[in-house]
Amino acid sequence: MNAEVTITINGSAHRLQVPPRALLSQVLRDELDLTGTHVGCDTSSCGACTVLVDGNATKSCTMFAVQADGCSVTTVEGLASNGELHPIQEAFREKHGLQCGFCTPGMMITAVQILERNPSPTEEEIRSGLRGNLCRCTGYHNIVAAVQHAAATSGGE
Amino acid sequence: MTTETLIGQEVKRVEDHALITGRGQYVDDLRLPGLLHLALVRSPYGHAKINRIDVSAAANADGVVSVFTGADLAEQLGSLPAGWLLDEETAGMKAPEHPPLAFEKVRYVGDAVAAVVANSPAAASDAVALVEVDYEPLDAVTDAEKATADGAPIVHDDAPGNLAFDWSVGAGDYEAAAAEADVVVSERIINQRLIPNPMEARGIMADYNGGTDQLTIWTSTQIPHLVRLLFSLVTGHPEHKVRVVAPDVGGGFGCKLYLYAEEVICGIVAKQLERPVKWIESRTENYVATTHGRDHIADAEICGTSDGIVTGLKVHVYANLGGYLSTFAPAIPTILFGLMLGGCYKFENLSCTVKGVFTNTTPVDAYRGAGRPEATYVVERMMERYAHEIGRDVLGVRRRNFVRPFKRGHDMPIGVTYDSGNYQGALAAALDKFDYQAFRAEQRAARREGKLLGVGFSTYIEICGMAPSAVAGALGAGAGLWESSTVRVHPTGTVTVFTGTSPHGQGHETTLAQITSSRLGIPMENVEVVHGDTERHQFGTGTFGSRSLAVGGEALMMSLDKVIDKAKQIAAHEMGVDSKQVSFENGTFYVEDIQEREIPWGDVALGAYWAKNLPDGLEPGLEAVSFFDPQNFTWPFGTHVAVIEIDEMTGETKLARYVAIDDVGNVINPMIVDGMVHGGIAQGVGQALQECAVYSDDGQLMTGSMMDYAVPTAEDFPNFETGRTVTPTTVNSLGAKGAGETGTIAASPAVVNAAVDALKHLGVTHLNMPLSAEKMWRTIQDAKEARRARRSAAARRGN
Repeated sequence: MNAEVTITINGSAHRLQVPPRALLSQVLRDELDLTGTHVGCDTSSCGACTVLVDGNATKSCTMFAVQADGCSVTTVEGLASNGELHPIQEAFREKHGLQCGFCTPGMMITAVQILERNPSPTEEEIRSGLRGNLCRCTGYHNIVAAVQHAAATSGGE
Repeated sequence: MTTETLIGQEVKRVEDHALITGRGQYVDDLRLPGLLHLALVRSPYGHAKINRIDVSAAANADGVVSVFTGADLAEQLGSLPAGWLLDEETAGMKAPEHPPLAFEKVRYVGDAVAAVVANSPAAASDAVALVEVDYEPLDAVTDAEKATADGAPIVHDDAPGNLAFDWSVGAGDYEAAAAEADVVVSERIINQRLIPNPMEARGIMADYNGGTDQLTIWTSTQIPHLVRLLFSLVTGHPEHKVRVVAPDVGGGFGCKLYLYAEEVICGIVAKQLERPVKWIESRTENYVATTHGRDHIADAEICGTSDGIVTGLKVHVYANLGGYLSTFAPAIPTILFGLMLGGCYKFENLSCTVKGVFTNTTPVDAYRGAGRPEATYVVERMMERYAHEIGRDVLGVRRRNFVRPFKRGHDMPIGVTYDSGNYQGALAAALDKFDYQAFRAEQRAARREGKLLGVGFSTYIEICGMAPSAVAGALGAGAGLWESSTVRVHPTGTVTVFTGTSPHGQGHETTLAQITSSRLGIPMENVEVVHGDTERHQFGTGTFGSRSLAVGGEALMMSLDKVIDKAKQIAAHEMGVDSKQVSFENGTFYVEDIQEREIPWGDVALGAYWAKNLPDGLEPGLEAVSFFDPQNFTWPFGTHVAVIEIDEMTGETKLARYVAIDDVGNVINPMIVDGMVHGGIAQGVGQALQECAVYSDDGQLMTGSMMDYAVPTAEDFPNFETGRTVTPTTVNSLGAKGAGETGTIAASPAVVNAAVDALKHLGVTHLNMPLSAEKMWRTIQDAKEARRARRSAAARRGN
């Protein structure tokens, strides 16, 4: 009953046997032990599970793993490279953009997409871009500041 | 690095590296070989008798290992306790049985009736659908006031009238004050039910070793040691054979502050099967199975003179407690509510009665602020209601009634003693940031253009630093509320700090390391802070009630002092002087005026363990344990200012600006304190503008998912403008009062006061939360209709 899929995850190709009902989030967490991708709801509301699928921020709890066949997926574990934190990771630490840390992986992935599409977003554009990701600790204040900081340190204005 | 300066510095958090790289370890990230998965069958009825449960189809399903009903495990599971019981004689306290798996009757939608254990989460949840439960639905009641009416359905047979308690507190003589007052204003004030929504729902993993009888429970909790204690009391499994671990915890806000049914179920099932078992709460489950907050119906009355002196406040509350008593439920609407009703004001006559009521809803317990937001909402709403009634400015009336600044205790008529306060100072600091006169001019100008602006204030106070154990015990607490620490100095001079507090986002690893580093003069990276594991730290009370620094931080200071005292003895012996001559600063022991007599911290640490040159009779090693039991609560305060903008055409109500001045005493890490204030404000504003848990009359939760319950998003807020005044507490040597709850406590009255201010010219005197667009639109239409009717009546009279 399992289906074979090939998914490139954080740069490495994985050939996997997955049940058709398995969600991408489940395969990332349970098959590949990439537990940085969190699941915070069951209605596609919270965004904690957000990963990049072919460059698009995607709620991995709302996509079957079989739909990701042939795709390239980036999770929070793939943000840093060569031991260097991604600017968005640096910015979340620098601006205290996280408290309990549960929403943080999805929040950072979404922020990466916001900045890829618009390197110099306004505060309003950042808030609008983050509306699919819920945080209960920060009141979003320092998350917005972190995205602004990442924009500034990555060359945006 | 100069370590002395770390107190008060914005040190970046040591917690963050793991969390931003995906290496956090929340319960669902933990794995064990042979792990089984548990799922619960939950009642779809608000109130029903259980006639029969047939588990045969589920038990025979693929991948299912076992199915347990409440009847199967009644003996082992015991009854969940209420950890805070009010006086039976004066409050008529009733604490009915609370079986973790219901077996005779279900009392709310979500009440668990059976547990399915399977090889995978999918097999477990599939088999839940195969459990056949024959329910006989009963009439339900969800509203606390209606539940006390004659003929209402009875939730617990041993709680007549659905009353869990009928509690009262007071000071002076309110009725006499009201009889003499120029003005008496009353209002029914609803503080609606909220769903806490930590981003990580709850999760539990349990493992049992039959060879040693050792049971380990990993759980997403704020109180690992209390979970161990209560688990042991409930199940009879010996406390020293239970280890409870709180790994990374994804937010709590009060709702992870109890012994939950699932903790008992997972522990007992793991023991029965001798296999590790994991239960992960889905969000939909979380909405019915994890405690809710607030849900008060308050009838409030304020009285005073026509020129602005408040003389009394009377409040009667129906507090909805849900289907069972959760661990701290009786304390929240009583002690943490009634004792707060004096606010920061001088009035001496106060009457408060609270009926705690069972209903067919999810149990209600602490949610960030816990009783104090409800009290502050009543006090701050009624202050403005009174000011409007007598036609005076809301700030002038507050100033007139403020308690005068004090540094060393102020006795309140209700019988509590505030530690230190300067309410005028916080208000003045807020007005430095917020130009009140300019706003009033802007408001008038905006109204001419059809835009409705309003400003609201909240000059709040709160009761924090839980808690002096003797006081709490006299008020009904079933456990001490002190805190403990251990400071273990290693031979190389690095330090492990063990704390009984249990953070879930508050940054204790950073804050406690800042204190340790500064006190010992060693770099922060040489300090490790350990929490959340009953096997690593002997006992602790946990994290809630803004207590971790005010109580836990002081316990750490005590251990640091003890370690330094012993280290001084070792250093003095080495230098051949009396230990009284030895000073310690920046990691160096020295003797004043003798330059060459200096020993660095690391050498003394090594000497303590090498033990080749210790003073006579001194034990080797360098470690200290301390327990701090405060003599009083702490009383943070502040002034919050909200500006609300209402679209007259649509009723859409937006927070336009928010200024917060908080006084939490001394601050160790301003970045962390600001962050907590931001989050608290968001939750308070969320309550005021959009959050509300709604039940149908038959007990269905109508807001049962994140698609139905309006958790605020980034788009719902502006940036917050925060600031501080500093009035240190005398309750602990740090001078810290606690900062976890200020925003939630202050924000909802500020926002509602602002919305009422925006509509005051239409004759609106009160609004109940949440201020949804529909409610606001209707309010505006009704107010305009009423104004037209008044004008035409006046015109007719004029004719």
